[in-house]
Amino acid sequence: MSLVKLTGIHKSYGDNEVLKGIDLKVNEGQVVALIGRSGSGKSTLLRTINGLERINQGSIEVDGACVDPGQSDLRALRLKVGMVFQQFNLFPHLTAGQNVMLAPVVVKKQSKADVRTIAEEALAKVGLADKFDAYPDQLSGGQQQRVAIARSLAMKPRVMLCDEITSALDPELVNEVLAVVRKLAEEGMTLLLVTHEMRFAREVCDTLVFMHKGRIAEQGAPEEVFTKPATPELAQFIGMVTER
Amino acid sequence: MPEFTTWDILYNLILAARWTVVLSILAFICGGIAGLLVLLGRVSPLPWLRRTMNLYIELFQGTPLLMQIFIVFFAFPLMGVETTAWTAAVVALTLFTSAYLAEIWRGCVESVPKGQWEASESLAMSFTEQMRYVILPQALRVAVPPTVGFSVQVIKGTAVTSIIGFVELTKAGTMITNATFQPFLVYGLVGLLYFALCYPLSVYAKRLERTLHVAR
Repeated sequence: MSLVKLTGIHKSYGDNEVLKGIDLKVNEGQVVALIGRSGSGKSTLLRTINGLERINQGSIEVDGACVDPGQSDLRALRLKVGMVFQQFNLFPHLTAGQNVMLAPVVVKKQSKADVRTIAEEALAKVGLADKFDAYPDQLSGGQQQRVAIARSLAMKPRVMLCDEITSALDPELVNEVLAVVRKLAEEGMTLLLVTHEMRFAREVCDTLVFMHKGRIAEQGAPEEVFTKPATPELAQFIGMVTER
Repeated sequence: MPEFTTWDILYNLILAARWTVVLSILAFICGGIAGLLVLLGRVSPLPWLRRTMNLYIELFQGTPLLMQIFIVFFAFPLMGVETTAWTAAVVALTLFTSAYLAEIWRGCVESVPKGQWEASESLAMSFTEQMRYVILPQALRVAVPPTVGFSVQVIKGTAVTSIIGFVELTKAGTMITNATFQPFLVYGLVGLLYFALCYPLSVYAKRLERTLHVAR
């Protein structure tokens, strides 16, 4: 059974329809990369999955938590879905440790002592065990992004969404973040990534989803998609990104 | 006819100025609490509540304080509630202060980047949890200088309550003038006393602005 099931998703901003009927299933442990040109709707799609964007039509189901335009229990959905952002969005007034601990304490009402252990484990997992008491502005971009991943992990999500999480990083910091994502993938975390790192997508993901003008134009195993693009749009897109 | 020395005048003005201070502090505290509630409504996810609070703010910002005081002072008896100049003054200034503070603070809340809302939302926090743990702590440091600055407006606003007979600095000035026939001296001293109350606050607000900006 699929962990994430999107059915007939439509989304418009006024007259501008950005998602034109998306169906997508993601199984437990699957690592899916959403690729496509900017404006193709991939970030919007990702953001609908935890309710940051309201949908006009269709339904979203994640591990039993269901959202459609009529009824929406976003809290139930968000407890199952973690999200990491391009701009990190750490809480600047809290230390790395407090960033990770906040939601489990406030939202899940877990005891501080338990959460402290969870937070230490989460920070250790992203290689920042020694930065528990550092404030975000004392950390590099790559470190901040890894704290953001730890913050999301501490809520024990069933699936994690990563929205261009390396795009705001200096080139030399990209790899430390990708290494963490790779580790999560290896440990069986279900991941949906919007990414421009084609090499990474090819190596780590088991499915590539190519979006074009608000629709899923093609999807399949990375090798297949990269070597035998079925549509001229994908062929052109691959040409564009591999030339760089 | 008794003679008044300048010292007599000043002494009585200072006694009355205590009421200006008490009224200002009360209006500022009550207005701050009410303003926080108005602010929460003004930025809440509920559209009808946002609109209502916006109307509240616009009403108090769009009418003279003098008129607000009159309405409160005369509306209570109409509703069958006995009121004193003191109660009416506190209520009117509280409403006035809450509307302005809510609007000042809304600006501070909106200066917190949208990503902070999105990140806390993604962690399944409710609106109140977001405000309490993520947004307000960050808005607070931006809010302190303009809030201190606004306290000057509250102090000056208390002068208007003299019109309904509340004896604070301005009203005392009028009464003393009527007894001494020295309006220039008396009102000059009244002005100096207001300045002595307000100037340190505005200097403090400016200093806060500088230090909090540097700290960021």
